[in-house]
Amino acid sequence: MNHLATLEAEAIHIMREVVASAENPVMLYSVGKDSSVMLHLAKKAFFPGKIPFPLMHIDTMWKFSEMIQFRDKTAKDLDLDLIVHINPEGKKLGINPFIHGSSKHTNIMKTEGLKQAMDKYKFDVAFGGARRDEEKSRAKERIFSFRTSEHRWDPKNQRPELWNIFNSNINKGESIRVFPLSNWTELDIWQYIHLENIPIVPLYFSKERPIVDRDGTLILVDDDRLPLLNGEIPLLKSVRFRTLGCYPLSGAVESKANSLPEIIQEMLMTTTSERQDRIIDHDGNASMEKKKQEGYF
Amino acid sequence: MSHTSELISTDIDLYLKTHQEKSLLRFITCGSVDDGKSTLIGRMLYESHMLLDDQLSLLESDSKKLGTQGSEIDFALLVDGLAAEREQGITIDVAYRFFSTDKRKYIVADTPGHEEYTRNMATGASTADIAIILVDAQHGILTQTRRHSFITSMVGVKKVLLAVNKLDLVNYSEEVYDKIVKEYNKFASNALDIEEITPIPISALMGDNVVNKSTNTPWYKGQTIMQYLENVEISNKNLDKPFRIPVQWVNRPSSDFRGFSGLIASGSIRVGDKVKIIPGGQSSTIETIITGDREVIKASAGESITITLDDQIDVSRGDILVDKKNPCSEADQFQTRILWMHDDPMMPGRQYLFKSNTQSALLTLGKLKHRIDVNTLDNLPAKILEMNEIGICNISLDRQIAFDSYDNNQTMGGFILIDKFSNNTIGMGLIDFALRRSDNIHWQKMDISKESRAQQKLQIPKLIWFTGLSGSGKSSIANILEKKLHSLGKHTITLDGDNIRHGINRDLGFNEADRVENIRRVGEIAKLMLEGGLICIASFISPFESERHMARTLVSENEFIEVFVDTPLHVCEKRDVKGLYAKARSGEIPNFTGISSPFEEPLNPEIRIDTTVTSAEDAANQIIEYFSK
Repeated sequence: MNHLATLEAEAIHIMREVVASAENPVMLYSVGKDSSVMLHLAKKAFFPGKIPFPLMHIDTMWKFSEMIQFRDKTAKDLDLDLIVHINPEGKKLGINPFIHGSSKHTNIMKTEGLKQAMDKYKFDVAFGGARRDEEKSRAKERIFSFRTSEHRWDPKNQRPELWNIFNSNINKGESIRVFPLSNWTELDIWQYIHLENIPIVPLYFSKERPIVDRDGTLILVDDDRLPLLNGEIPLLKSVRFRTLGCYPLSGAVESKANSLPEIIQEMLMTTTSERQDRIIDHDGNASMEKKKQEGYF
Repeated sequence: MSHTSELISTDIDLYLKTHQEKSLLRFITCGSVDDGKSTLIGRMLYESHMLLDDQLSLLESDSKKLGTQGSEIDFALLVDGLAAEREQGITIDVAYRFFSTDKRKYIVADTPGHEEYTRNMATGASTADIAIILVDAQHGILTQTRRHSFITSMVGVKKVLLAVNKLDLVNYSEEVYDKIVKEYNKFASNALDIEEITPIPISALMGDNVVNKSTNTPWYKGQTIMQYLENVEISNKNLDKPFRIPVQWVNRPSSDFRGFSGLIASGSIRVGDKVKIIPGGQSSTIETIITGDREVIKASAGESITITLDDQIDVSRGDILVDKKNPCSEADQFQTRILWMHDDPMMPGRQYLFKSNTQSALLTLGKLKHRIDVNTLDNLPAKILEMNEIGICNISLDRQIAFDSYDNNQTMGGFILIDKFSNNTIGMGLIDFALRRSDNIHWQKMDISKESRAQQKLQIPKLIWFTGLSGSGKSSIANILEKKLHSLGKHTITLDGDNIRHGINRDLGFNEADRVENIRRVGEIAKLMLEGGLICIASFISPFESERHMARTLVSENEFIEVFVDTPLHVCEKRDVKGLYAKARSGEIPNFTGISSPFEEPLNPEIRIDTTVTSAEDAANQIIEYFSK
């Protein structure tokens, strides 16, 4: 078996283990490339049956509009049970990354939103598309990652995870985050998308898009909510995105790559890592670990 | 991914094609604290150009702030990703890192060296193909080197790279290197089941013999670490073993499809092959095999598949489909090797949850034969296993399971132990062989049943279990209760803690292990009393939730009434009817519940009696009232 076949078999095994042991599982669907791979694997894991759990998107109201279109089309095409949750309090307060800052926005709309939705629907297991190669605290996380009833992660006290035997036992109110793509790298994800022809949001491919340059971060003018600074004029640039999230918090890269091999080529020759374009990771040292402890995915 | 391949810029499609065909090698780095495990991984990533600009600049700034290498780059900071690790400069948990060379793709688990975190080291080792064991040339082989080697070998890793590190600090001395290699080989040949040990002299910090051959060790003619990783042979031995697939999940999208999904543990299977379903032993034939979303005619170890059978046989999660000609056995009692992973020691007699591949059961720990001192490899007598200790122990399960010995088949012989209350994973175990005694003792079926015995007495058997501190008033209430029941014409028997310890349990002391056994025996005796149709009153301190729960599960669900005689410690101590608290306080009685041994309060007793406001008479009435409901 080559390494992709091994990773595929492992991810499918993990998903089936959850479905066999969880009472009410859900798949966190972020609309990004990793979610697309996870969804594809779920289709295979339960074929010829339907995917036996709902997908849930925690919408922050600031996602790229193309992501929302892609999400709704995917749900329709595949006849998915899709839940979209927006933190109602955040919505009422009009939480906005420009006014409240990236950290507060992410915390209220994403982390709090997710916790609300987990409690509301009483999900006991949630699949996430995180990979261990993304970030140092992720590299330490188990595949079945236990959360207290307050959704907290205790990195210093993780359950041992032996062989491929997963301890899925929990008490009422507790939950488990499960990461079937733990052992995939960014290259594996792209290569698998390429080999399996998995549909992804067009934002990953290069195209001329209206951009403003903020201290070297290229922000897409996705709608008229983006406040333009004095004298700032959006310019059309050939750009694409390496990671997708809230559009004001996701920097584009200038690129001509509009096929998968070109994207992969660019990725392999690049000198910075994919999360560098993600603004929240830079909020402070060990910021991801802190966010994860508080319940971030 | 290596960022050096020419093909990336010249022919990306060809690059992808070659990359796609790479095999996967999983390895761990282990060894004692400060032997340089994280540094080695950091160095490998750095030298294989796996670090990107932003990661490197972050590493440089982190090294200045938190590093232990002065103004030099501290590679350990690359893998020690948790805040607590960076602050303390130690590795707490396994970190997984990924890289690839022209030949292979690697997943490396960097495991912690501290004894305290051995469970995390075992987590990394359980999925590794090979192990790099580091030894600090200045200190030689340490206890942790031996412990990690032992665990590595125990979980079935057959190839070890012995990296003698920090050679720069001993002037690249061949003599020092030779001495360490000799000592390790001697230890390994006595203690370990390892097929191949490859020693390499290195300095992870300076990069000697990591990726490139070092000029500092002209006397060394062998491979570098990276060359070893690229060339070491890893054959998938599971492919040649008999077919086994644990059924994970039954796929029933409609009434005309019934598939059994799982990951093939060993061997291979073709459409038309005959299989057996264990436990049970029924036979069937493979009708279709599905991988992903298409039908195939053959599948092998490591693949996740869905199988349909050509008949309507009953198969569910936890069953194993096996090669009909080479089936596995089933049993419910085993000799096992256990590595204990929790602060609370392992107690023979106590019950835990058992989970292997897809099979779950309730496990009762039998006698501990001995524990193994990883340093001297001596078998030491032991009553309990403390955290990070390894022992040989018999277990019995509440159901038959399909198994092979761990040495023959890891998936079929490896299991974990889970705490029933906290749900923590508290141990790992390997099945050595089944104990045949249960085969020869058959359950004798009697014509007169428990129900008929009870009917004759016009009563329903019950077990009324009193728990509470010494002097809480259990025996007084039990005594009044029995008198009342007796006068109502009920047939009763009382088992009392002190009385039992004068007879059947006089061989037991008061340490935790003996207390567990004490209650286990009492539970079994009470069960016999209920079989006789009696109402059994048991009055025992029974301080641990685990054993009370075990007693509860021995009888039927509605038969157990737990009465918690809730008298505060200071009240019991003030009463001190038998003068025991005074003795315990003065240190004359060790392991005294409430003073020097814990009392775990029942979480959901059927009846709770607060003796500070309820008299013994009222308490007995309250129980009878509950009883006659």
